[in-house]
Amino acid sequence: MQNGTHNDLRQSEIEIKMVTRKVGVFYGEKQALYDVDLDIPARAVTALIGPSGCGKSTFLRCLNRMNDTIRDCRVVGDITLDKLDVYDSKVDVVQLRARVGMVFQKANPFPKSIYENVAYGPRIHGLAENTEHLDHIVETSLKQAGLWKEVGNRLQESGTGLSGGQQQRLCIARAIAVAPEVILMDEPCSALDPIATAHIEELMDELREQYTIVIVTHSMQQAARVSQKTAFFHLGNLVETDDTRVIFTNPKDERTQGYITGRFG
Amino acid sequence: MSLSLLVVVLLGLTILGYYLGKSRSLALAGGKIRGLHSLPMFYGWYVVLWCGIPTLLLFGVWIAMEDWVVRSMVISELPEAIRSLPADRLGLVISDIRNLAYGNIPLDKADPAIRPVVDHYISLRQTGTAAVWVVCLCLGIAGLLYGRSRISTEFRARNRVENAANILLIISSTIAVLTTIGIVLSLVFEALRFFASVNPFEFVFGLTWSPQTAIRADQVGSSGAFGAVPLFVGTLLIAAIAMLVAVPIGLMAAVYMAEYSGPKVRAWTKPALEVLAGIPTVVYGFFAALTVAPFIRNAGESIGLEVASQSALAAGLVMGIMIIPFVSSLSDDVINAVPQSLRDGSYGLGATKSETIKRVILPAALPGIAASVILAFSRALGETMIVVMAAGLAANITANPLAAVTTVTVHIASLLVGDQEFDSPKTLAAFALGLVLFIVTLSLNIVALRIVKKYREQYD
Amino acid sequence: MTDILADTVPRQQPAAALTPGIHMTDAANKRLKARYAAERRFKLIGLAAILFSLAALVILLTTIASNGFTAFQQTHIRLDLQLSAEQIAPVGTTDVRQIMQGNYGAVILAALQKKFPEVQSRGERRRLQALVSAGAESQVGRMVAADPSLIGQSLSIWLPTSSDIDMFVKKQVDTTVPEEQRRVNDAQVRWIDSLKASGDLELRFNTRFFTGADSREPELVGIWGGVVGSFYTLLVTLLVAFPLGIMAAIYLEEFAPKNRWTETIEVNINNLAAVPSIVYGLLGLAVFIGFFGMPRSAPFVGGLVLALMSLPVIIIASRAALRAVPPSIRQAALGLGASPLQVVLHHVLPLAMPGILTGTIIAMAHALGETAPLLMIGMVAFIVDIPATPVDAATVLPVQIFMWADSSERGFVEKTSAAIIVLLVFLLLMNLAAILLRKKFERRW
Repeated sequence: MQNGTHNDLRQSEIEIKMVTRKVGVFYGEKQALYDVDLDIPARAVTALIGPSGCGKSTFLRCLNRMNDTIRDCRVVGDITLDKLDVYDSKVDVVQLRARVGMVFQKANPFPKSIYENVAYGPRIHGLAENTEHLDHIVETSLKQAGLWKEVGNRLQESGTGLSGGQQQRLCIARAIAVAPEVILMDEPCSALDPIATAHIEELMDELREQYTIVIVTHSMQQAARVSQKTAFFHLGNLVETDDTRVIFTNPKDERTQGYITGRFG
Repeated sequence: MSLSLLVVVLLGLTILGYYLGKSRSLALAGGKIRGLHSLPMFYGWYVVLWCGIPTLLLFGVWIAMEDWVVRSMVISELPEAIRSLPADRLGLVISDIRNLAYGNIPLDKADPAIRPVVDHYISLRQTGTAAVWVVCLCLGIAGLLYGRSRISTEFRARNRVENAANILLIISSTIAVLTTIGIVLSLVFEALRFFASVNPFEFVFGLTWSPQTAIRADQVGSSGAFGAVPLFVGTLLIAAIAMLVAVPIGLMAAVYMAEYSGPKVRAWTKPALEVLAGIPTVVYGFFAALTVAPFIRNAGESIGLEVASQSALAAGLVMGIMIIPFVSSLSDDVINAVPQSLRDGSYGLGATKSETIKRVILPAALPGIAASVILAFSRALGETMIVVMAAGLAANITANPLAAVTTVTVHIASLLVGDQEFDSPKTLAAFALGLVLFIVTLSLNIVALRIVKKYREQYD
Repeated sequence: MTDILADTVPRQQPAAALTPGIHMTDAANKRLKARYAAERRFKLIGLAAILFSLAALVILLTTIASNGFTAFQQTHIRLDLQLSAEQIAPVGTTDVRQIMQGNYGAVILAALQKKFPEVQSRGERRRLQALVSAGAESQVGRMVAADPSLIGQSLSIWLPTSSDIDMFVKKQVDTTVPEEQRRVNDAQVRWIDSLKASGDLELRFNTRFFTGADSREPELVGIWGGVVGSFYTLLVTLLVAFPLGIMAAIYLEEFAPKNRWTETIEVNINNLAAVPSIVYGLLGLAVFIGFFGMPRSAPFVGGLVLALMSLPVIIIASRAALRAVPPSIRQAALGLGASPLQVVLHHVLPLAMPGILTGTIIAMAHALGETAPLLMIGMVAFIVDIPATPVDAATVLPVQIFMWADSSERGFVEKTSAAIIVLLVFLLLMNLAAILLRKKFERRW
């Protein structure tokens, strides 16, 4: 784990997956997010940190337009995914969310079997050619999520019967099964015990070989452990963003400094 | 000196008791409330309890017993020839006497043989009323004096009064249980009398229902036919048609309101559907008989189908419309209870709204929806007025929705409307049918409430 | 591809089953189109379900309204009656019985014949007399009995026509069928036209419909008997169910220990709320009438039955209202040394009252529309008097509707519909009151 986290993102060489420019979010009249400019590197983990209510989750939910499901929520500014304007009226949110998957704070497996949970995405998107193919997708997704060893022999049991950490990995498997390019994770470990958290963190480290991951986290240690790039949010503003190592060793802004040293938060 | 005047006098006495108790407590404490254990008001109430409750009980007992006492005394007065009449004829004589005594029938039309009895009846009632007056008044005054005498400055009036109030609350809460017991006992008791003359096996499995033949004892086939299967089949047929209308429409309406419509549309459609639930069933029955049944008949005939003028389809269709709001409002609650996180999970994977509804929300809400469907079905089985007015009495066994069928409730109503005597199998049959209806609907309700409870626990 | 993991030991990460680009292919776009079509279909079905329900409501209400509004007017004929003493009673008499037995039919016929002197044959005379309602005679009789000085005078008066004529004037009779199959023949049509032309026949407000009781003749019926019966019935229901319901709710919500017995009561109440109403009718018949010997057809008994029926509803609503009062208020009052009963009576109950009242009004509205259990206890009798007390034989508005709906005569259709309109107006007012109450006292803790 340790060796994975302290890689510099050498600016010249990295590929940028998503770009946001001057992104703001309004809930009715109230503005929750101001002018966020952020580049999200491909095949790396980007961590969004900051105190509660700083807008990091709101920002995350803009990336795959989950904010659309909230009434009175309005997003301004530009967000692009591989040069595709995410908020363009021609863009299809269903397709977008298939490409930008999401894992939530509280594990939310559907009240169906483990198999059906993972197969749900491929089914709705029509990705499987036949049942063998679907079985294969389910199996690889569960393997990728590191859950296969634990549940491989009881796929027909209910997904809600698993432990909290297993449920969250099931949700990750469910997201992977759709073959997304980006996975957004909204405090995926906040409801888990340390062992389950370690599991998930290890998993993220593995997944970043194939996926672009954006994670919102409360835990600075977690951000330091798993991410390559960190963005610090405060009161709806993006205060500072840089390589994780830089943020944690040599922050430029004193608010960042204050937060990571625990003076407020 | 009527009984209603007595009630007024007793009421006045208790009010007097309240003030006496209150003033006595104040007098004992020398006008200082702080010297008393409880507020003066409680001493007043304490006297009210002593004054009111015994008299109330006595009065109630008298009201309940008077008729029976006077009746048995009158019967002993009657000539032997009348006394030995069978019970139902004797009852007629008694009610004649009563009508004569109350002046409902002019006295000069009375049978000379019972004329003295009528006079005796009148005098008995007068004596009885006078006795109640005296006894109740005495008891009331005695209670008042006793209660007042108990009052002292240390007397814990508040605790006594609150205990009494508590008992009153407990009694009120048991009324619901008593109602259930009353329903069960009256249905079972009358149904057992019915099964004494009709084989229960024949009732449950018999294929012919024609209670009308049992009116006169000397008639051919006087036993009547009490095979209730045609009624069960008709009830199920109409309820099934109603469910075919109400479940898909109610469910889809609920889905639309919960998942698609904006708050403005919802603010209009939800009350409008509730209006549908608030319309009395007799109005639906009239609508079914006046508009829907002829419409279906004409529509069927125009395409060459034979449709009965009181078709099961018409009754079922209108009943279905009536039940739509039940299904929709119960389903709406259930759908709203599905956690938002499941919706998020599905949308986060790129599902469309309808995919989320069909594959996540509805399966998750299934137990609750099943419970609401069961409740709606139970309601359809017990619904009376629509079928009485639109389904008729023809006891056919058929699954053809265009034919005329009848239901359990229709026959309960038709057997009991009008002045039948209480003992014929024909009237008792209504109670047997009622018992079946009660058992079935109760079981369905219990199952549904269980499911709802489990479902709530799941998402709490 | 940039290898940002240069210094990492490669792990055993299984390759994904699908390539990420899969969502951008033509096949994916095609599937997407189909999925959106399914989405639109599904939404349309939902909208159709709502529209069907609303359409059913609108059709129901317009049918009732269009059938019923004509009943608020009634065709009347103006006649100049010669109240001659020899046909009625000696001048100066005040004996009501004698006056009521007067031959008013002859008086009315004479007045009609004065308008149409050409009518001679017996058959024609009968048809002429049939223009006027059969109830007109007793109406005139009652007028004269109330004012005997009218005897010997002449009197110009508007009398109701028979229902057939009324229906004809309201154009609810098919005039194209052959004469012998019509209830209004050609001669009568001529008379009607001539009366109309002279202004002696017109539609006038139907006062009797709002003040009268039941009748065999559709033109003479009124809803007042049913309204009064409903009023007495609901009064009894309210007086019994409201205090009992509140007390039961207070006990269950505030005082009852959590044990088997209270759980039994709760399950009981929930189940009672779903028992078919007709079963309550059977209960009333067996217990109140059969066992306690209470009178049949009496609003008092009907009220008791409906009270038992409404009780669970009121208890459930009251408990919800009590539960909505925050515990902090109870604790504050208890902290000041109030007894538990005082806490409830002084603090909790007043705060919960709007909710309790709203639930009670809604339960009462349901009771007002209830028909089936009242049929069981004999409130379906034909009663021409307006009940004076809750123990007089009476009927209620919905049962009146049921009885009229059962009558085959054409004239009853509009009367039934009109009675329904009145019933729905009452229900609307009650529900409106409940909504206003809720709006006015709605509290967010």
